[in-house]
Amino acid sequence: MILYILCFILFLIGLYGVVSKRNLIKIIIGIAIMEYSINLFFIMIGYVEGGTAPIITKGFEQAKFVDPLPQAMILTSIVIGLATTALLLAVAIRLYKKYGTFDINDIKDLKG
Amino acid sequence: MNSLIPLFVIIPLGCAFMMSILGRVIKNFNKIITPIFMLSLVWLTFHFIINSEGSLNYRVGGFEAVNGVPIAIYMVMDGLTKLVLLIISLVGFLAIFYSLSYTTQYTAESKFYVLFSLMIAGMNGIVISGDIFNIFVFLEIAAISSYALVAFGVEKHQLEASFKYQVLGGIASLVILLTIGLIYWNTGTLNIADISRQLLNNSSVGIDVFIKFISVLLIAGFGLKAAIFPFHSWLPDAHSSAPSPISAMLSGVLIKAVGIYIIIRLFFNMIPLSYELSMTITVLGTVSMIVGVLLAIGQWDFKRLLAYHSISQMGYVIIGVGIGMLIITKGGDIKIAALSIGGGLFHMLNHSIFKGLLFLNAGAIEYRTNTRNLKKLGGLSSKMPITSGSSFVASMAISGIPPFNGFFSKVIIIIAAVQAGYIWIAFFAVLVSVITLASFTKILKYVFFGELHTKYEKIKEVPFSMSFSMILLSILCLALSLLVIPEVRTIFLKPAVDVLINSAQYSINILGI
Repeated sequence: MILYILCFILFLIGLYGVVSKRNLIKIIIGIAIMEYSINLFFIMIGYVEGGTAPIITKGFEQAKFVDPLPQAMILTSIVIGLATTALLLAVAIRLYKKYGTFDINDIKDLKG
Repeated sequence: MNSLIPLFVIIPLGCAFMMSILGRVIKNFNKIITPIFMLSLVWLTFHFIINSEGSLNYRVGGFEAVNGVPIAIYMVMDGLTKLVLLIISLVGFLAIFYSLSYTTQYTAESKFYVLFSLMIAGMNGIVISGDIFNIFVFLEIAAISSYALVAFGVEKHQLEASFKYQVLGGIASLVILLTIGLIYWNTGTLNIADISRQLLNNSSVGIDVFIKFISVLLIAGFGLKAAIFPFHSWLPDAHSSAPSPISAMLSGVLIKAVGIYIIIRLFFNMIPLSYELSMTITVLGTVSMIVGVLLAIGQWDFKRLLAYHSISQMGYVIIGVGIGMLIITKGGDIKIAALSIGGGLFHMLNHSIFKGLLFLNAGAIEYRTNTRNLKKLGGLSSKMPITSGSSFVASMAISGIPPFNGFFSKVIIIIAAVQAGYIWIAFFAVLVSVITLASFTKILKYVFFGELHTKYEKIKEVPFSMSFSMILLSILCLALSLLVIPEVRTIFLKPAVDVLINSAQYSINILGI
C-alpha cells in the first residue's frame, strides 16, 4: 500500500509544479512528473508477487505471470507522452522567441 | 456492413499519412484529397444511418470472446454513435471546404490539412470505440492535433492560448488515464460493456465509494475537455485564437465528441446511475449555462464572445441529458426522460451547426477586414450580403427564435424540465435564452448595421468556397427544424435516445448475453 501512496505523492508533486511554478519549462516538467507517476501506477497494478514475464515456454505453463496488459498500455502512453511534451516544448520555444521570457507573469495578453 | 465500421478511422488516418508524404511532391494534393475524403465520410455516415438498425460491432483482430470475456478491441456503431458521426463529418466537410480559400493566408498550408485529418481520425475513433483505453488513445490524437492547430498562426496570442490549452488538456488527459487505471485495477477489463457488467455484479464492500470516486474523476477529466463550468477557463482563449475553420471545428464538434459524448456514453452505459451524480451533472450544466452567457455580455472580440456562448449552449445539452438521468434514477416517467434526452441531443446537433456557422462568419469578416473587434466594424451588410444573411440566420437560431432549429431544441428541453418538475431550471433556460438574444443583437448591430467605416469602402464578399459553406450551413439551420416531425425524428434522433434509455441493452448487444 505504501508504494501506491508514494506514487500518488509523486502525482501531487507534479500537480504542485504545474499549479505553482511561474516558469514555462518548470510547468512542462511538472506535467512530465505527473505522467510518470501514472505510468508507475499502471505498472504496479499489473505486478503480481513473485510473477515472471508472461511468456509461455516449455516447463513454465503453470507459472505465475505478471499482467501484461498494463505494460502494453503504458508503452502506448509513453509514446503519447513524448508527443505531448515535444509539442509543449516547441510552443514554449516559440513563446520565448516572441516574448523573450519564460515567465508566465509576462505572458498574459489573453484575459477576460 | 460490420466490416465498414473501421473505415471511419482508417480513411482519415490513411489520408493524413499519405498527405504528409505526397503533399510535398504533388502541388495542391492536400487541398484536393481532404474535401473528397470528408465527403466520403458524410456518405458513409448517411449509409449507416439509413441502412442499419440497432447496434453493430466490429472486433479488431477478429478474436472471439473466451468464456464470455471479450478479448478483442471492440468498435461499436449504435444510434448515439451515428448521431455524433453525422455531426463530425457534416461540420468537418463544410469547415474544410471553407478552409480552401481561408488557409491561403498561411505559409505552411499543406500541414493544416494533415493536422485536420488527424483530428477527424481521433474524433471518429473516440466515437466508435467501445473500449476505454482506446478512447484515451484517440482522445490524445484529437487533442494533440487540436493543440497544434490552435497554435497554427504562430502569433503571440495563438501560442499563449495553445500553451494554456495544452497544460489544462494535459492535466485532463492524465486524470482520465488515472481513472482508466483505477477501473482496470478493480474490474480487470477495459471493455465498456464488460466493465458495466462487472460493476453491476460486484457486491464487495467499498464498491459504492469506488464508483463515486471514479465518477468524480471522470467528470473532472472529461468536464475539462468539454469546458463545463469550473473547468471552462481555457476555452475562450483557445477557441478565439485558432484559425476560424478550426474554431468552428473545436466549438462545433471537438468539445462534443471529446467531452459531452464520452460523459453521456460512460454515465449511461458504463457506470450505474445514481441520484447524486445526476444531480451534480445537472447543476454543473445549469451553472455553466448561466456563467457562460454572463461572461459573454461584456466581450468586444467577436470570436471570444462566440466562445463564451459555447460554454453556455453546452449547458443546455447537459441539462437536457441530466434531467433525463434524474428521471431515470428516480424511476419517473420514461417518456419525459426520453423527451428530455432527445432535446439535449437535438440541441447538440443544432449547436454544432449554428456555432460552426457563426465562427465561419467571424472568420469571413476577419478575412476581409483583419479585425475581430466589434467596435471597429460596422455597416458590412451592404458589402457582404451572404455573410450578413447567414450571420442573421445563425444568430436567430442560437437565440431560439422560430422557425430556426435552436428554438425547437430549447423548447423541448424547457418543456421536459417543466414536466419533470424542475421549474427553476426551465426559468433559467428561458432567461439565458433572452440574454443570448440580447448579446447577438449587439453583434448584428455593431457588425452589419450602423455606419460603414471609410476604411471598408472597397471590401468584397468572400470567395466561393467560403460563401458556399456558409450558405449550406444556413440552409441546415432551417432544415434541422424538420427533426420535430416524428417521422424524421425516428430516423435521426430516436435510435440515439433509445441507446441511452435502455442502457442495459448496450452490454447485451456487445457481449451477446
